[in-house]
Amino acid sequence: MVKYEDRAVITLNINGDVHKVAVHPSDLLLDVLREQLGLTAAKPGCKNGDCGACTIIIDGLPAKSCLVLAVEAENHTILTVEGLKGQSPVQKAFVDANAFQCGYCTSGFLMVCEALRTQYPDLPEEYIIEEWLQSNLCRCTSYKEIRNAVRLMYEQ
Amino acid sequence: MIPFNFAYYRPDSLKAAEKVFSELQAKGQKALYYAGGSEIITMSRSGSIQPDAVIDIKEIPECKGLSIDKAFLHIGSACTLNQISQSKAFPLLGLVCGRIADHTNQCRITLGGNICGTIHYRETTLPLLLSDSNVTLFGPEGERMLPFDRVFDGRINLAPGELLVKVHIPVWALKARHFHIKHTAQEKIDYPLISVAALVKEDFLRIAFSGVCAYPFRSQQIELVLNNKTLSPAQRADMALTLLPCEAIGNYAGSAEYRSFVLKSTLEQLLEEWENG
Repeated sequence: MVKYEDRAVITLNINGDVHKVAVHPSDLLLDVLREQLGLTAAKPGCKNGDCGACTIIIDGLPAKSCLVLAVEAENHTILTVEGLKGQSPVQKAFVDANAFQCGYCTSGFLMVCEALRTQYPDLPEEYIIEEWLQSNLCRCTSYKEIRNAVRLMYEQ
Repeated sequence: MIPFNFAYYRPDSLKAAEKVFSELQAKGQKALYYAGGSEIITMSRSGSIQPDAVIDIKEIPECKGLSIDKAFLHIGSACTLNQISQSKAFPLLGLVCGRIADHTNQCRITLGGNICGTIHYRETTLPLLLSDSNVTLFGPEGERMLPFDRVFDGRINLAPGELLVKVHIPVWALKARHFHIKHTAQEKIDYPLISVAALVKEDFLRIAFSGVCAYPFRSQQIELVLNNKTLSPAQRADMALTLLPCEAIGNYAGSAEYRSFVLKSTLEQLLEEWENG
């Protein structure tokens, strides 16, 4: 049985790299990514699982890192925007479609779209795209451009 | 961040999970079984709860996965809502799971968490109530399997240290005609103003509700009225409203009167779809 009763060193597989970090069992993955590992792409927004700004990908599926304990993420594959290395089709599509204004929500949307592309290599039906994108909020209302970016991502 | 620490245990067997729970309890510590974690994390962050330990059940084999045999579809309590809807194994449950929270959260929220959590809507219980499902529980007294409606009366009644392991859905329900209508106050993704699920067995409409009263319920009295085809859908819906097991709730999403109004039109719509669809 895995047991952490106090601060302990755990191993996380993030963006293909192995990181050892000392965490408390109640530390959230979002905080560990940002404050201990300097991976600040995942943004703290509502910290309540509503806004999606902190979305990352765990084992190919999107996850809101404010609702994941760091200790839970052991033995799983984590991908953050840093792991896209600025060269992925989804990032190019967002640039080409001007799919952001202030940019705070962009990391979360990028990860949702990247996971969508992983799960659906071919353009899925419109209702599936809508269902996935509804997990994230953009208060600058770039939704139309974000939808265009999804389309562009699949065209590339 | 969560403003306090707790211990984290990830057992790989039911016995180990129950043992650590009992040991913590004996030391006077408050332990919670943990799966998707969204409710425990948000409530801990806000200070509503302060567990001393969480026991993560996601690596316990019996709590994982879906399987089907001649009699039942078996779903582990640590299955996520997304796994259930993607499996398409029980279409009504899949529809309900697809309307709880948002898609990303559906990839974390588990069936067990939705049933056993404190948020009172517990919409996944509706298909289980309608399909005569059974549940397996495991606790200090060992394992027991019993009808879901024997342990669920609006909330699940577990013995101290007991956890929900699996639900077992009879195969007839997997192919039965079904309906699910969920109304929210404004946004599509929200807690229900009302959520109505229905399943047809031998031309008899079974129906269960969430959001209407302070707890989810199935009412056989309401079912008898709704199945009386000598009355019009509007007459049956009117009568059903008089048979609610408790007052309709009023909250930020809508007043009790508004809920009743929406429920009536929803029942009419559902009856017309059932009879003419």
